[in-house]
Amino acid sequence: MSVQESVIETDAGARRVWLDGVNPVTKLILALLLSVPLFASIDVVSGLVAIGLQLLCLPLTGLSLGTVARRLAPIIIFAPIAGLSMLLYAEPAGHIYWSFGFATISEDSVQLAIAVSLRVVALGLPTILLFGRTDPTELGDALAQVAKLPSRFVLGVLAGTRMLGLFLEDWRTMGLARRARGVGDHGALRRFFSMAFVLLVFAVRRGTKLAMAMEARGFGADIVRTWSRPSRLHARDGIALLGALAIMVLALAAAVLLGTFRFVWT
Amino acid sequence: MSTSTRTPAATSTGVGTNPWRWRVVDIVVAAVLGVAVGLLFWGWNVVGGAWFGAADALTPGLGGIAVGIWLIGGVIGGLVIRKPGAALVVEVVAAIVSMLIGNVWGVSTVLSGLVQGLGAELIFAIFLYRRFGLGVAALAGVGAGAAAWVFELFYGSSPNILKSLEFNTIYLVCVAVSGAVLAGVVGWLLVRALAKTGALSRFAAGRELAREV
Amino acid sequence: MATAAPARVHAAGWGWRYAGRRLPAVSEVSFVVEPGERVLLLGASGAGKSTLLAGLAGVLGDADEGERTGTLLVDGAAPESRRGHTGLVMQDPDAGIVLSKVGDDVAFGCENLGIEASEIPLRVADALGAVGLDVPLRRPTKALSGGQKQRLVLAGVLAMRPGLLLLDEPTANLDPEGVAEVRDSVERVVDATGATLIVVEHRTPVWADLMTRVIVLAADGGLLADGPPSQVFADHGDALADAGVWVPGRDVGLPALPVAASASPEEPALSATDLAIARTSREDVQSGLDVRVPRGSATVITGPNGVGKSTLALTLAGLIPERTGEVVSAASLAGRGGRRPIRWTSRELLTRIGTVFQEPEHQFLTQTLRDELAVGPKALGWDAARTAAVVDGLLERLHLSHLALANPFTLSGGQKRRLSVATVLAASPEVIVLDEPTFGQDRRGWIELIALLQEEVASGTSVVAVTHDEGVIRHLGGHRIVLEPAA
Repeated sequence: MSVQESVIETDAGARRVWLDGVNPVTKLILALLLSVPLFASIDVVSGLVAIGLQLLCLPLTGLSLGTVARRLAPIIIFAPIAGLSMLLYAEPAGHIYWSFGFATISEDSVQLAIAVSLRVVALGLPTILLFGRTDPTELGDALAQVAKLPSRFVLGVLAGTRMLGLFLEDWRTMGLARRARGVGDHGALRRFFSMAFVLLVFAVRRGTKLAMAMEARGFGADIVRTWSRPSRLHARDGIALLGALAIMVLALAAAVLLGTFRFVWT
Repeated sequence: MSTSTRTPAATSTGVGTNPWRWRVVDIVVAAVLGVAVGLLFWGWNVVGGAWFGAADALTPGLGGIAVGIWLIGGVIGGLVIRKPGAALVVEVVAAIVSMLIGNVWGVSTVLSGLVQGLGAELIFAIFLYRRFGLGVAALAGVGAGAAAWVFELFYGSSPNILKSLEFNTIYLVCVAVSGAVLAGVVGWLLVRALAKTGALSRFAAGRELAREV
Repeated sequence: MATAAPARVHAAGWGWRYAGRRLPAVSEVSFVVEPGERVLLLGASGAGKSTLLAGLAGVLGDADEGERTGTLLVDGAAPESRRGHTGLVMQDPDAGIVLSKVGDDVAFGCENLGIEASEIPLRVADALGAVGLDVPLRRPTKALSGGQKQRLVLAGVLAMRPGLLLLDEPTANLDPEGVAEVRDSVERVVDATGATLIVVEHRTPVWADLMTRVIVLAADGGLLADGPPSQVFADHGDALADAGVWVPGRDVGLPALPVAASASPEEPALSATDLAIARTSREDVQSGLDVRVPRGSATVITGPNGVGKSTLALTLAGLIPERTGEVVSAASLAGRGGRRPIRWTSRELLTRIGTVFQEPEHQFLTQTLRDELAVGPKALGWDAARTAAVVDGLLERLHLSHLALANPFTLSGGQKRRLSVATVLAASPEVIVLDEPTFGQDRRGWIELIALLQEEVASGTSVVAVTHDEGVIRHLGGHRIVLEPAA
């Protein structure tokens, strides 16, 4: 295969969507931008508006509604649980419905509980939408070239994270091995710690060998490195940032206009 | 018999003798440890998450008991690498990995990891990165737990500052104890056992304990 | 392909002692390697071959990691300063691959050396062509086979245009196809570039005709031999064979058990009809299998890489559930849950089917060998006296008595393998399943293991072994299950 052909070849089905043109560092800022401002207010309206507007942007991300729903499912299941804690233990205010020991359900806590449950979803959504298709190497390149983080650290961490698949394999195999050795029937907690230990041994060993291989290829020396995959910022990054800002402003504005805005620390 | 000259190995990488500069092996092992611990977090999410969710929802603050394991990244990082920032790096990488594999807390996980790592880091820094015994490890666990408590007071989908004083006090005590035991003591034991396998031979933690061969 | 000048290596009384160890790993090593020579580095396990290669690559670490004596020079300079000009390929391909796409990984070394970004794609293409790895640049590295991964590592090293190539047991974890691939790649590369080559391998028949020189490290310091291959093997063949090197032309001295002529009439220990197996519940790796494991003899499972041999072995061992069909045991082996191993409890499995995994460390549970061997007996509830008797007996039989209190993770590869087999023997199971038992073994470990398996077969145990190794197939005889890739 000639050089040109190799360079043009892409994975089957990896079509470019709008979000792919946004720099990964920008995506990180977007994730923060789409979550932190929501903390200013605990109310139902801002959460709903944020969720709605983000879902409107779905076509830009290249994910299907089904994929998003599937990844959102565990969050949606967990949301009421978070709300439950607020329901029972929020500082009582308004009409008291029920009280037992330390737990008190009041009018206020009911409102908070609903808002909180909704917020769990609103906070989990950006990560799913933004990072569903991110390539770790691309993220590493961006962090080192755009965010100017030290390349030794970024690439070292990137190389180390490649081991994840190997560890998952190891974890599964160790589970089988413990069944074979007669200790698979009881003591799940003990098994967890014993497997955790061996995983850490593998981690340190593989990491040490990988570090040696990387150093042997000139990594970590004082030579200024070049980048064969340049990572840059474009106009699209600015547009994405403005868009995220707009979503947040609209969500909070809606809450203020409808009078449900409630500053978190009151 | 010819005399042999003993020379310290030449360091053309410019590392010099600064004991706090990270070598390549420090960076990569911190990353790989972070990945392994992140996997353990995800596994513990299943066990501990269920307890945390149930206890947190139904009891006034006892959910804190399971939190300790999620703090272990910082302790292990600090004890193995023993350089400034090690606790932070391992805990953050672990948080990122556990978020990426899939958990219900999303980006918050990374921010939690950052804060918890800083909590452990602070303790190691107080001891000037020179003391790494059981006591320091337990304190680092408490530090990480306390940092998590402060963080969850203000941040998150249901900030605890809105909850009652009893809830928050009980939660703090539980988190501190869990941090000391499940992160500090367990972390210290794990690192010691690691050292005994000889895997840590390139680290001070391993050289202290390895039997002379 | 543009080449760099082949390197010259000069060692004079060189030695290295790792910090924290009392004895040096290598000492009093002196030799000169002229540019373009191809050297095979041999020695007993522990003689310091890997340390020497790491020293030549300049990655041994700084002053607080060890103490150096003597001098070691590559092209007249310290190895640390020559890092981009020396290429190191190690045993474990997964620990040598840095990035997740083929093209990115090969480019890594060039980026580190500050090569102009415009020149890098050309070097990457050259390197991949030189090793004969014809895969798209965007192919994920984890999708490659073992042989392909090692060739990728070699390509990554070649892109830096090194004058010295160091290979540390590059084929240890590969199947025969991968071994041949890697060896051919290396031959192509040295023919094309003329780089100086130093290889550590105990699988010498594969490499002997490529090498111009053999250097043997002595276990207690210095060199045992240094000269052309034919001369060294002739003069020191015995010492080398004892040290675990596969000397060309030397037999292992074990009998070859007979191949079973026909299916035995008695009830097999394990059997399955129309069996479909899978590793995870996604798609079948194999289906429609009819499998029998006869009692009291060896059954060898063979087939190309990735065809599902390990999956079949683990399914037969009752560890992975069958997708369709059922694995049933002989009636005499039935547990409380019936005749299907997958239904047996972990404790029942212990006394019926013992499994030895490909990576022994996946099975280790404790901190000392004695405790490790006692795990099975304890799970079965045996009393202390009986446990001690069994443990001592096994330590004796497997020549591990002197290591009774050592940590299992500190053992050598061969010792770990013996330990994992010993733990399985503790409960005296009827069937023993082994997944690639001779992987990475040197000659001594290989002979001990095969002799042990032959003993077990002779005493009536059914042995199932997954293997690539022709020698294992020949020496265990018995029955053979050949798996083919699914159509």
